[in-house]
Amino acid sequence: MKSIEEINAKIREGSVCVVTAKEMKEIVTEMGTKKAAKEVDVVTTGTFGAMCSTGVFINFGHADPPIKFKRVWLNDVEAYTGMAAVDIFLGATKISETREFYGGAHVIEELVFGKEVEMRAIGFGTDCYPRKEILTSISLQDVNQAVMVNPRNAYQRYRAATNSSERILRTYMGTLLPNYGNVTFAGTGEISPMNNDPEFRTIGIGTRIFLCGARGYIIGEGTQHSPPFGTLMVKGNLKEMKPDFLKACYFPGYAPSIFLGIGIPIPVLDDEIAKATGIKDDEIKTTIIDFGVPRRDRPTVREVSYAELKSGKVEINGQDVRVSPLSSYYIAEKVMKELKKMIEKGEFFLSMPVERVKRNEIFKPMKQREIRIVREFMTKAVTINEDLSIEDAAMLMIQKNVNHLPVVDKEKVLKGIVTSWDIAKAITVGARRVEEVMTRDVVTVFPDEPIAIAISKLEKYDISALPVIDNKKRVLGIVTSETISKMLGV
Amino acid sequence: MLLLLRFDSKTVREPIISMTSIKTGTPINILKADVGARRGEIIVEVPEERAKEVEKILIEMEVEVQEITKTIARNDNCVHCGLCISICPTEVFRLNGENKVEMKTEKCIHCGACIKVCPTMALYFPI
Repeated sequence: MKSIEEINAKIREGSVCVVTAKEMKEIVTEMGTKKAAKEVDVVTTGTFGAMCSTGVFINFGHADPPIKFKRVWLNDVEAYTGMAAVDIFLGATKISETREFYGGAHVIEELVFGKEVEMRAIGFGTDCYPRKEILTSISLQDVNQAVMVNPRNAYQRYRAATNSSERILRTYMGTLLPNYGNVTFAGTGEISPMNNDPEFRTIGIGTRIFLCGARGYIIGEGTQHSPPFGTLMVKGNLKEMKPDFLKACYFPGYAPSIFLGIGIPIPVLDDEIAKATGIKDDEIKTTIIDFGVPRRDRPTVREVSYAELKSGKVEINGQDVRVSPLSSYYIAEKVMKELKKMIEKGEFFLSMPVERVKRNEIFKPMKQREIRIVREFMTKAVTINEDLSIEDAAMLMIQKNVNHLPVVDKEKVLKGIVTSWDIAKAITVGARRVEEVMTRDVVTVFPDEPIAIAISKLEKYDISALPVIDNKKRVLGIVTSETISKMLGV
Repeated sequence: MLLLLRFDSKTVREPIISMTSIKTGTPINILKADVGARRGEIIVEVPEERAKEVEKILIEMEVEVQEITKTIARNDNCVHCGLCISICPTEVFRLNGENKVEMKTEKCIHCGACIKVCPTMALYFPI
């Protein structure tokens, strides 16, 4: 048993034994937990990944005459101003109003690099803050405080992503190729901070951490914290951060984001902590989920360990699928080594939490007023066979007063669709049977999908109806933009 | 060796790749083909030692031949995350022993898929 005071005394004397989490795995395997607990004082953990829930509070000081910000932009990226006169919060994923592939993350990066950014603001014009606009350039040296405060960072583990659909998906998990073409995953597994202290004995409120090269602090559990998918809320001084441990990025089709380097030192107080820091990738499990289904609860494709993910290939439906990480182990290792060096040099002391974070919490879904599903909007489909003549199809449309005829086989399985437009086309090209003019690649929906999904499909493909099918592709009905408009009153 | 072949409205209709393969007795691997009605572009891979002979035959058949020497390149923005690894069709990228993303540029077929996915815009084709 060691106390944090004893460890800090050793740091002061220069006799502390610090190892990285990567080194600790070998030490625990070789020596066993008892001996490892005795020999090692501190284990440094690290991660370096895109962390969207990141931002910076900045206070600019007062202009003359003074202004209370109504709206403010840094390099044309808008920041939040609903606080005191010249306090703002700039979020990492906010998109620039004028520049492509540029956002809050890039402004934060430029500031850390020591560059100037343009600040433009409009004010309310009050008796106490009469000024109505200002345009100036600022760097980190010019502002009073620039404090990074991140609601959710350093995910303990994360669900890996794949895509069963037939189109490329551009997501915050990177580009996902069709038909399970690849898998992407985030997190550094066995060297990631929370995996090395899963009971949150030393990682808690008030713990001093390495945040992008600066000394930072944990200020609470992160939003959506739900161990073993734990998260942390952290803060640190942007003015002390180093460009090596922070990188702005942009995920095509999604938004800007920012790679952050976070390191947490774990004091090895007893055998139990030594054992926890010996954890290996094959013991850390997550799931691969399917982004091809655009729902909140995406289906799980399979369970997987970080060891399998890091091997570069995982098996899905009997096929080897290639895997891409989203976090950089290379820089995560640099974080662990840098933190180790800081502790050895006596520049970084450890602290115990003043309060522990919750070890069991549930991540609730959003409370919605109602979720209306496709089934409510579905009407009876008038179906036909593919050998029907154009004349008969035209007649049927008039008789039944419909514009869409799903084409089915004997088992009611969807084969295509014919619209009144197709009938017009058939006449101009002299087609005789519906199979000659029908659309074979039909966009469909399932009855229990939210109506919002049907609406986005109608808009995306610029069509006016979707056959509703079951999982055997049998036609159950049809949902048309006309019915949706009528029922939603838009 | 990778060769970029440009076909005009005449040559695009001929079975040039098979004829070249038969004439030279060399296997020709088609990596990327973009063939239209009036023109076409194909990237092929041929064994290094037979490249000159293959090029000669292709030029005789009036195909424009260009050796691909400038492949994918990378700037300092790279953070070695590895997102490019599973996107590349020819496995140009892999993590090395240091966990850095290593590039086998000789395998690059100029498809540009990695450029579009790189979150730090670190990848580009040199002009």
